[in-house]
Amino acid sequence: MGHSNDMMIRFPNKSANEGFARVAVAAFVAQLDVTVEELSDIKTAVSEAVTNAIVHGYENLKGYITVKCKICDCVVEISVSDSGHGIADIEKARQPLYTSRPEHERSGMGFTVMETFMDGIEITSALGVGTTVVMKKKVSAGQQD
Amino acid sequence: MRLEKKGEVLIVRLEGELDHHYASKIKDAIDGAVMVGDVRKIAFDFSRVGFMDSSGIGTIMGRYKLMQAVGGSVSAFGVSKRLDKLISMSGVKKIISIYKNEQDATRGVG
Ligand SMILES: Nc1ncnc2c1ncn2[C@@H]1O[C@H](COP(=O)(O)OP(=O)(O)O)[C@@H](O)[C@H]1O
Ligand SMILES: [Mg+2]
Repeated sequence: MGHSNDMMIRFPNKSANEGFARVAVAAFVAQLDVTVEELSDIKTAVSEAVTNAIVHGYENLKGYITVKCKICDCVVEISVSDSGHGIADIEKARQPLYTSRPEHERSGMGFTVMETFMDGIEITSALGVGTTVVMKKKVSAGQQD
Repeated sequence: MRLEKKGEVLIVRLEGELDHHYASKIKDAIDGAVMVGDVRKIAFDFSRVGFMDSSGIGTIMGRYKLMQAVGGSVSAFGVSKRLDKLISMSGVKKIISIYKNEQDATRGVG
C-alpha cells in the first residue's frame, strides 16, 4: 500500500532562511523511517540549493524561494525554485569547483554535493526568469507506524 | 565562534551550523584577528559543528588564500565522519592538514 504526502514552503531570500528550509524539510521527511545519514544528506542538499537561490539567483534582488517536498513510499522528491537571474550554462555550472562568484568565497561544490548526496538532480533554468532544481532520493525505509 | 590565540596559532572554535549565513558572519572576525596578531597558522576546531555544507569549504579555502599571502598555513581538528565526507569531496585536504586532536593541529605534527 502506498504512502504519499507533500508540502510547500515559501520564504524571502534572507540567509537566515537557509537553516529554516533544511530543518523544515528534514522534519517533514522524518515521517518516513529514514536513517540519520539519509536525513543529513537531504539537509545538506536542501541547504545547497536554497543558498544558491539566495546567493546566485537573487544576488542583490529581492524575491521569494519556494521549496516543495513530496514523499511517495520510499522516494523523497524536493524542488527548490527562485525567480531570479537564471543560469546561462547549466553544464558549466554543474562542474566541480566551478563558481561564478569566487569573490564571495563560494567553493563551486554545491551541485557536486547535491549530486553526491541525492540519487538524481535535474536543473531547469531560463535567464531572467529563474531556476528550479529538482532532487530525488530513495530512502531505506517506509512510513513509521 | 570563539577565537583563541596560542603563540602564533589562531584557534577558531566553530559552533553550530556552518552554512552560508554563518560563514558570512565569521570570516571578517577571523581575518581581522590574523591581521592584528602575528598569526602563522589558523587551526579550525570542528568538534562543535553539527552541520556543514559547501559554504564551509569556501570559508576554509578563503582562509587558506589569506594564510598563503602571509606565508602561513591552515589546519583542522575535531572533524567528524560526516564532515570528512564533505571535505574529502572538495580536494581541500590537499591544501590543509587535518589532525586527530588539538595538540597536533596547533603543533603541526603527526
Ligand atoms: N539558483 C541559481 N541561480 C543562478 N545561478 C545559479 C543558481 N544556482 C547555481 N548557479 C550557478 O551555478 C554555479 C555553481 O553552483 P554551485 O555548484 O552551488 O557553486 P557555488 O555556489 O559555490 O558557486 C554558481 O556559481 C552560479 O553561477
Ligand atoms: Mg552553491
